[in-house]
Amino acid sequence: MLEMRGIKKAYGTVQANRGIDLDVAAGQIVGLLGENGSGKSTLMKLLFGVVSADAGTIRFKDKPLSGHGPAQAMAAGLGMIHQHFTLVEAMSVTENVMLGAPGSSPWLSPRETASRIRQESATYGLDIDPDAMIGDLPHGRRQRVEIVKAILRGADLLILDEPTSNLSPPEVEGLLGIMARLRDQGRAIVFISHKLDEVIAICSEVVVLRDGAVAGTCRVEGATRAGLARMMVGRDMPPPIAREATAAGRNVLHVGQMALTERGVERLAPISFSLRAGEILAIAGIDGNGQTELAECLAGLRLPTAGGIDLDGHDITLASVGERTELGMAYIPVDRATMSLVTGMSVSDNLALRDFDKPPLSRGGYLARSYFAERAREMSQRFAIKASGPDIAARTLSGGNQQKIVLAREIGRHPAVMIAHQPVWGLDPGATHFVIEQILALRAAGGAIIYISSSLEEVMTLGDRIAVMQGGRLSIPIDRDTVDLTQIGLMMAGDDSLIHGAAA
Amino acid sequence: MDLMMIADLAAATVRISTPLLFAALGGLLSEKAGTFAVGIEGMMLAGAFTGAISAFVFGNVALGFALAALGGAATGSLLAFATARCRADQMVTGLAVNVLVLGLSSFLLRGLFGGRAPVIRLTPPGTWPLPWLSEIPVMGPVLFRQSAIVYLAFLLVVPLTLFLTKTRAGLTLRAVGENPEAAFAAGYDPIRIRMIAIVAGGALAGLGGAVLALQEVGSFTDGMTNGRGFIALAAIMVGRWTPVGAIAGCLIFGFVSALELRAQSWGLPVSSYVMQMMPYCLALALLAGVSRSARLPAAIGVPFIRH
Ligand SMILES: Nc1ncnc2c1ncn2[C@@H]1O[C@H](COP(=O)(O)OP(=O)(O)OP(=O)(O)O)[C@@H](O)[C@H]1O
Ligand SMILES: [Mg+2]
Repeated sequence: MLEMRGIKKAYGTVQANRGIDLDVAAGQIVGLLGENGSGKSTLMKLLFGVVSADAGTIRFKDKPLSGHGPAQAMAAGLGMIHQHFTLVEAMSVTENVMLGAPGSSPWLSPRETASRIRQESATYGLDIDPDAMIGDLPHGRRQRVEIVKAILRGADLLILDEPTSNLSPPEVEGLLGIMARLRDQGRAIVFISHKLDEVIAICSEVVVLRDGAVAGTCRVEGATRAGLARMMVGRDMPPPIAREATAAGRNVLHVGQMALTERGVERLAPISFSLRAGEILAIAGIDGNGQTELAECLAGLRLPTAGGIDLDGHDITLASVGERTELGMAYIPVDRATMSLVTGMSVSDNLALRDFDKPPLSRGGYLARSYFAERAREMSQRFAIKASGPDIAARTLSGGNQQKIVLAREIGRHPAVMIAHQPVWGLDPGATHFVIEQILALRAAGGAIIYISSSLEEVMTLGDRIAVMQGGRLSIPIDRDTVDLTQIGLMMAGDDSLIHGAAA
Repeated sequence: MDLMMIADLAAATVRISTPLLFAALGGLLSEKAGTFAVGIEGMMLAGAFTGAISAFVFGNVALGFALAALGGAATGSLLAFATARCRADQMVTGLAVNVLVLGLSSFLLRGLFGGRAPVIRLTPPGTWPLPWLSEIPVMGPVLFRQSAIVYLAFLLVVPLTLFLTKTRAGLTLRAVGENPEAAFAAGYDPIRIRMIAIVAGGALAGLGGAVLALQEVGSFTDGMTNGRGFIALAAIMVGRWTPVGAIAGCLIFGFVSALELRAQSWGLPVSSYVMQMMPYCLALALLAGVSRSARLPAAIGVPFIRH
C-alpha cells in the first residue's frame, strides 16, 4: 500500500532522515520505533506532507505522492494523529472536529457533528464532551479528541505518532482495540510508541530507526522487549534499576488541608500529607484529576485557597516561586515546551534559569558568561545531554534531551524537595531509564520527592508510598509493601468508596 | 438638552460611525485570520483617494465606491504579500503602508491636478428613506433616511457573523488566526487564507474611506482619514473581535466624536484641540479597561512557516 524510498530531510545542519525506506501493506500495523530524535516524526510528517522532503520518493496505493501538502495527503487516503497536537485551543471539540472534515456543504453542521462525536466516543469508551473547549482540557483528553477526529475523518492509512504517551492504561486498551478493528477492515496503520509492550501487542512488524536511518526491521512474533530495545539503542539495555533501602529521614514537607477553588469550582478537595527526606511519594491517577493543580500549588504557581504548606519549618503557603527555590524546592512541570524551558533560548541559558542571578553565574549585576558555557558542558556530560553545543537553541533538541536539560537544572541544585510531574512523558526507554536512575539517586542523597504519573509501572517502581488522585482528591498514601494493585486501578478509575480523602 | 438636539446627535453618530464600521469589519477579517490590521488606516485612505478621484472623473458616485473597494484591496494585497508570503513584521509593514499611502495619495493628487491640490466637490449619494421606519417622529427621519451605503455598513454585520460562525470557510479563517499549524494539518493553506482575509478586509476599509470622502466630507484632502483607521482598530478590540461588538465599538467612538463637534458649538470654555482629543482619550481608556479580559487570536502576529 505504501512504499517510501530513500527519504532524506535535513533541518539546517541536523540530518533528521538520511535515506529511509518504509513499506506498509494493507491490513497491517507497522510499529515505528527509535530513540528520541531518531527521526520518526520527521518521516511521518514528510509522508503526510506537513514538511517537504529533500530527496526520496513515495508511492501510496500505486500512485506517486510528491510535493504534496496535508490536503493532498488526506485526499489520497492518509490520516495522521500528530505527536504535538494540532488542535485549536480557543475552539470547542466540535469545532476542531469540523475543521477540515470532508464534505462539500459550505455550511457547518455542529449539531450533527456533536452527536457523531458522542456516538463514536461511546462506542470506543473515550468519554468526550463535544462542547468542551480544548484549552480547558488536560493533555489526556486532548489526545482522545485527536483520536476521535482521526476516526471520524477515516483513512486508508493512519499514522499514529505517540498517541499513547498521554493515555491511562484502560484508554490505551481502548485505542489498541480501535486499531485492531481498523486493521481488520483492511486499513493500514503506522504506530509510533516508546512503550514496547504496546508495540509487541498490536503490531505485526516493526521498523527501528536510529540516527535518521533504518537500523533494522523485524517481525513481531517472537520479538522481546529486550531484543527490540537492543535494536533501538544499538547495545544492551542496562539492567533494571535496583532501589536501595534508605532510612526514612525527618519530615521536610507538610501539607495540611490544602484546597483550591477557582471561579467557584473546587479543583482540589482538602489534601493533607507529609513527606520525609529520602522518600518518594508516588501519586498515581489519570491525567486531569487535579494533578497539575496539586503540583502548581506546591510549586507556587497557584495559591491554594485554604490550608497550608510547610517546608522545613517555613510556612510557604503564600511564598513566591523564588522563595521556594531558595528553600530548596525543585519542580519538573508536565509540559516541557512551555513550562520548563524557554525553547528559543540556548541550552546553557536554560540550564541557568533557576540561579542566574546569584554567584557564580552573575557578579555585581553582570552575567558571568564564560561560566555559563563551562557549566553547560559539565552538566551536559553528567546528564548525557546530546546537543551539538551549549549555544544551540533548546527547541532543536529531541524531546528526551530537552527533558534532560530540565532534569539537570532541577536535580543539579540538590533540592530538598522535588516535584516531578510525568517526567518521563514521551521519552524513549533509554532516556526513561536515565531519568528514573537520577530520581533514585536524588532519593539516596536524601531528597524528598513527589512523583506524579499516570503510569502504574512507574509509580510502583519508584514510590515508597503510593497515593491516588481522583476528582481533585488525594487518597491516603499507602506503603509500597502493602499496596494492592487492583485497588489502585479501581481508585484511578474513580471508585469513590476507596478514596476517603486525605481530609480524614 | 431638547429632543432635537438628541436627534441631531444621533444622526451625527450614525454618520461618523459608518466609515469606522467598514474599516473595523475589514480589520476584523484580517485580525481573525492572524494579521494585525495596523495598515487599515492606509487602506482607508487609499479607498478615500480612489473613490473621490474616480467619482469626480467619471461623475458617478456608485463607480466611486466600487473603485474605492478596489483601491483598498490593492493596498491590502501589498500588505498581504509582504506579511503573509514574505513573513515581514506585521506592525512595521502596516505602519509602512500607512505612510506610503499618505505620501502617494498627496503626490498623485498634485500630479493629476497640477501644482496645487484642487478642491474636489462631490455630490453625495442620494438618500433612501425606509418606509414606515422613517415616519417615526423625530428619530425616524434622522436614523432611517440614509444613503444605501449606510444601511449596507450596518447590515453587513449579519452575513459577516454568519460567515464567521456558521460556515466552513469562516471556521477555517478563525483556525488560521488561532493555530495556523492546525489549519495546515487539516488540509488548508494558511498563507493563502491570510492573504485573502487581508485583501477582503482592505476592500471593506476602502469602502469606509470612500464613505468618508464621498458622503461625510464631500471631497478629498491630504491625510483625510486622520487616525480613523486606528480608532477602527480600537473598536475591534472594544468589540472583542466580533462583528456585533464592532458596531458597538464604532457607535461609541462615533458618539464621542459627534459630541465633540456639537460641544464646540455650545461654546464651552475648553480649547477645541482638547475636544478633538476626546475620541482618542476614550480609545486609550477603553482599551486599558477592556484588554485585561480581551483575548487576541492566539497566532496573531506570528508568521506561518512550513519546513
Ligand atoms: N523544526 C525543527 N527544527 C530543527 N530541528 C528539528 C526540527 N524538528 C526536528 N528536528 C530535529 O530532527 C531530529 C529528528 O526529530 P524527530 O522529531 O523526527 O524525532 P523523533 O524520532 O520523532 O523523536 P521523539 O521520540 O522525541 O518524538 C532531531 O534531532 C530533532 O532535533
Ligand atoms: Mg516524535
